[in-house]
Amino acid sequence: MSAKRVIGGESTVGRALRGIAASRKASFAGAICLILILAAISAPVIAPQDPYDLTEIDFFDSRLPPWSESRDGLIYVLGTDTQGRDMFSAMLYGLRTSLAVGVTAGVLALLIGTALGLVAAYLGGRWDNFIMRFVDLMLGFPTILVALMILVIFGQGTWKVILALVFVQWAYFARAVRGTALVEAAKDYVEAARCLGLSTSRILFGHLLPNCLPPLIVIGTIQVASAIAAEATLSFLGIGLPITEPSLGLLIANGYQVLLAGLYWMSIYPGLLLLVLVFSINIVGDRLREVLNPRLAT
Amino acid sequence: MTAFIIRRALQAVVVLFLTALIVFLGVYAIGDPLEILLPGDATEAERAQVAASLGLDQPLPVQFIGFLTDILSGDFGRSFVYNRPTIDVIFERFPATLELVVTALVLSLLIGIPLGLWAGMKPRSAVDETIMTGSILGFSLPNFWQGMMLIMIFSVWLGWLPSTGRGDTATVLSIRTSFATWDGFTHLILPAINLALAQIALVIRLTRTGVQETTPLDFVRFARARGLTERRILLVHVMKNILIPIVTVLGIEFGSLIAFAVVTETIFAWPGIGKLIIDSINALDRPVIVTYILFIVTMFIVINLLVDILYSLIDPRIRVRQP
Repeated sequence: MSAKRVIGGESTVGRALRGIAASRKASFAGAICLILILAAISAPVIAPQDPYDLTEIDFFDSRLPPWSESRDGLIYVLGTDTQGRDMFSAMLYGLRTSLAVGVTAGVLALLIGTALGLVAAYLGGRWDNFIMRFVDLMLGFPTILVALMILVIFGQGTWKVILALVFVQWAYFARAVRGTALVEAAKDYVEAARCLGLSTSRILFGHLLPNCLPPLIVIGTIQVASAIAAEATLSFLGIGLPITEPSLGLLIANGYQVLLAGLYWMSIYPGLLLLVLVFSINIVGDRLREVLNPRLAT
Repeated sequence: MTAFIIRRALQAVVVLFLTALIVFLGVYAIGDPLEILLPGDATEAERAQVAASLGLDQPLPVQFIGFLTDILSGDFGRSFVYNRPTIDVIFERFPATLELVVTALVLSLLIGIPLGLWAGMKPRSAVDETIMTGSILGFSLPNFWQGMMLIMIFSVWLGWLPSTGRGDTATVLSIRTSFATWDGFTHLILPAINLALAQIALVIRLTRTGVQETTPLDFVRFARARGLTERRILLVHVMKNILIPIVTVLGIEFGSLIAFAVVTETIFAWPGIGKLIIDSINALDRPVIVTYILFIVTMFIVINLLVDILYSLIDPRIRVRQP
């Protein structure tokens, strides 16, 4: 029980939340994140039209600028795209896809990276060497390039994009967890747990892991933002998500085709939404780093 | 030291070998090249003949050894699209990428270091808050979208700068460069800013951290006690100490700039290897894709190896720690 608490008696999550609340900038960004997440979850309810239901789309309404009125009286607040879809609705659905891919990739990378980092720290020796060499190797290559190569070799698809992102990002978690776990493993409470005859897995996951939470929360937040941005970039390059599941990146790519013709709304608004999403998550992440782990490198 | 370098070099060879294996399996074995090369109504006999002439009837390990032998003898195959050796196509395009990357790197230092110094000298002030929030904005901005906005503002609305292409180039000291002509220079500005922006954000953060770690140290206090001006302390004494981490990180970032050049080159139609790989993916030009991947991986392994060696020269503890 004591392993789950920091010295002050407050849980890591409590400390994180209080830290965010104490900064006006971070609470504002956090509120935006929450609103965007809620909007993404409830997209089918709040979107004026289902942009992927062909019966609801009127092709004669294509390329309308913002605030145009459709023939059935619906106002296209952000205009329509080249196929007559309401941009606002398409963006809500795009946000849903982007967040789903980013969060899934982030969580999977966190689970895999944490497990491998703990194993490396606890077993040490050859296992540690092997895992950490692999981590160094992964971190030596930029995210976007490795993801690009994986997608080129294995083909496209939503799960392949997630797989590529996880493959790139687990290393950040593994490195951070290993570093923290090595420091923690040398402390007395781990020795005490060992003397009590607790099993290895119980020591690892019941005692070491809770104390590795601070860096995990910080990196997890930043990596979700980076996964969302990476997915958008890959989709923009045409090697990410399939057209059937348009994320914000794909919406921007579609808008890019007509940007030079002056139809700015199809790329600017989804881009702004993507920017606000990634920026807010990063602001929260930055604040969390200040609160939880002041010495974590930038 | 020699043992350290040899060990790392051997590891590099292993990584290269694994990459070649994965690329081979992925690109050559999973997709069937015969599907692309043969017309749909080809007979079994024709298939067998073409397969035999390309060596595709051989067992996989034999094909892989053939693939490796070709690569080691410098034969990377011919591009379907350009009908020339792929390695020639890549080397021809690489200087354009290099030019873009180096310009972006210089820009990020010229803008990032002064801003980082400024923020670091006044921690927690309004200036610091603004610069640091701006730097978060800098790396939150989706690179591709930011490039589109640059084109829209400076090419479409204001009409100040050209949006795509490399413009006129001229040869200076046997290097073909866009810097030599005014037209080329104007073509370079937007892509370089696009590529540099995230890097500027990184340099700002590194510099600020460096300043904050250095200013409490004794030698800075001593310099103050000697009555040196703040300006001289900052620009000479503090700078000397923070340049080392910045330069090392930029060494690594050089590689990631080459990676992100894929995005920049696609948006600005810059004729470098980044645009080449996207074009090749769309045209299913497999030999170019394979060569590009091997080329990039080799380059990264060499860069990482050099950085490791540099580190171990600076900090001997690494040599002992690393197995």
